[in-house]
Amino acid sequence: MAESQSMAAPSAVLERQKRAKFRRNMFYLALIVMGLVAPFLAYPVFLMKVLCFALFACAFNLLLGYAGLLSFGHAAFLATGGYVTGYLLASYPGLTPELGIIAGTVLATLLGVVFGVLSIRRQGIYFAMVTLAIAQLVYFMFVQAPFTGGEDGLHGVPRGELFGFISLSSNLAMYYFVFAIFIFGFALIQRTVHSPFGQVLKAIRENEPRAVSLGYNTDAYKLVAFVISAGLAGLAGSTKTVVFQLASLTDAHWHMSGEVILMTLLGGVGTLLGPLMGAGIVVSLQHILAQSPLGNWVSVILGIIFVVCVLSFRSGIIGELDKMYRKNFK
Amino acid sequence: MTMIFGVPMAVFMGQLTLGLVNGAFYALLSLGLAVIFGLLKIVNFAHGAQYMLGAFAALLGFRYLGINYWLALILVPLVVGAFGVLLERFLLRRIAHLDHLYGLLLTFGLALIFEGTLVNFFGVSGARYATPEILQGGLNLGFMFLPTYRAWVLVAALAMCLFTWFMIERTRLGAYLRAGTENSQLMQAFGVNVPLLITLTYGFGVGLAAFAGVLAAPLYPVSPTMGSSLLIVVFAVVVIGGMGSILGAIITGLSMGIIEGLTKVYYPEASNTVIFLVMILVLMLRPVGLFGKEA
Repeated sequence: MAESQSMAAPSAVLERQKRAKFRRNMFYLALIVMGLVAPFLAYPVFLMKVLCFALFACAFNLLLGYAGLLSFGHAAFLATGGYVTGYLLASYPGLTPELGIIAGTVLATLLGVVFGVLSIRRQGIYFAMVTLAIAQLVYFMFVQAPFTGGEDGLHGVPRGELFGFISLSSNLAMYYFVFAIFIFGFALIQRTVHSPFGQVLKAIRENEPRAVSLGYNTDAYKLVAFVISAGLAGLAGSTKTVVFQLASLTDAHWHMSGEVILMTLLGGVGTLLGPLMGAGIVVSLQHILAQSPLGNWVSVILGIIFVVCVLSFRSGIIGELDKMYRKNFK
Repeated sequence: MTMIFGVPMAVFMGQLTLGLVNGAFYALLSLGLAVIFGLLKIVNFAHGAQYMLGAFAALLGFRYLGINYWLALILVPLVVGAFGVLLERFLLRRIAHLDHLYGLLLTFGLALIFEGTLVNFFGVSGARYATPEILQGGLNLGFMFLPTYRAWVLVAALAMCLFTWFMIERTRLGAYLRAGTENSQLMQAFGVNVPLLITLTYGFGVGLAAFAGVLAAPLYPVSPTMGSSLLIVVFAVVVIGGMGSILGAIITGLSMGIIEGLTKVYYPEASNTVIFLVMILVLMLRPVGLFGKEA
């Protein structure tokens, strides 16, 4: 249908695309403004936690939502970023936080290359099992490695001074730094998804044999997507370590890999804003439940949300809203 | 004292037995996963939790109802298997037409629910389940001391594997199951009640996990988290062996147990990672798995 219209009146289509793009840009602008005023309305540390997990979930979603690959091992990247950054910042007092974060991200990206090369040899359900198993291997390595502090983890990681002169000790300064990182990560994902590369990823997700027959080296595309996703997950972990000044085994545990799946699923797989929404809800829920008498039931409640999402809410919140919008306004 | 590669014979044989027993559990659990995967095409992430439920059912049945070990060995798989039947009938069936990844996610959610609920009631420390009197003690074989219960576990697990093999390869029901695995739509066209077959298959797979759980109860501390870490290892075993054949699952399970046991003797630091390393090696050399068929 779009084709016949474009033949009839190309200018009208262009006009509509332009309007859609304008609307999208305005929407992003509004989000940025919201992000800028948010620390005056809510507790900045809580917001930073949401942003870190949102970046983590966005990175995960790039893989599941746009390449159709379900990784059950993303905790490994979050933890690697966190541990590397934490170890470097704690051991080398002269190191500025942005360098520590870059180092953590780079190592998580390299780990992503290793994971990716091994796991994309198998498809579908095996892919999930392979990533889970390698992540468990990484978990045991962190348990035994001398620099991670074992069961105790790393504590007292200094926040330091950004670029050597902006102190991050105040939560407000820290918040804006985290916000900038999130915007960077989000923009990178947005760019990737809407690029020709992203279109090929979607083609692979929809029908891999067809993409192969069209001449695409699908394994290479999947690997690049995996590595970007791993790197951004590492960035989230590194940032989280600087914010909370600690790195622990919780981040490497398979529960964490499950949590990021839940955030993405709840918000909406394959939507750009879904993971942000999902992360916000899951983190808030954990926060609220931890203070209520239901504190011990967090895992059960997350499990119930999982089951409900899979049974009857598969498009997630953003996905359902999108469907409603399309039905009523288009 | 006889030494094997610089290790006393008794220690070597002891770890070998331990490894074989662990391997028997890997075999039993990966067999259940393979049976379920064959027909339902989903990976049952709740398998570890169902194994744990088996152990808990034995523990609680003994504590509150006075059900002894032998009765539990028969009753618990039936009860937990029936629970699996309900799960399939009311939850899994509703997403059977979707991408199979949803099955993985749903069963993952179920695993979180089971585990979390039991943690709330029993904590994570684990309880002890007494070894039945007749299986206490051990045999002195001259070169090693063989605990009777471990020998029994090995025999029982292998017998159960053989029973499963017999059921699937040598009975009419098993023939239906194999045919359904190949092409369930054609089966349905021939008048076989495929949905019922699917439900029973899931129940059987869950029952196998529960049977393994009862066997494990006197051996390991019975705790709500006993299944989840085991399950990840079993996943690696499944990736190594492929889910193609029953015999493949048994051989891979046992040999991974042995490799793990021997690693404990010669390089203990790597004992909980060695299976994952083998998996990586297999992925590099033979991505479809040792017994997998080329796609």
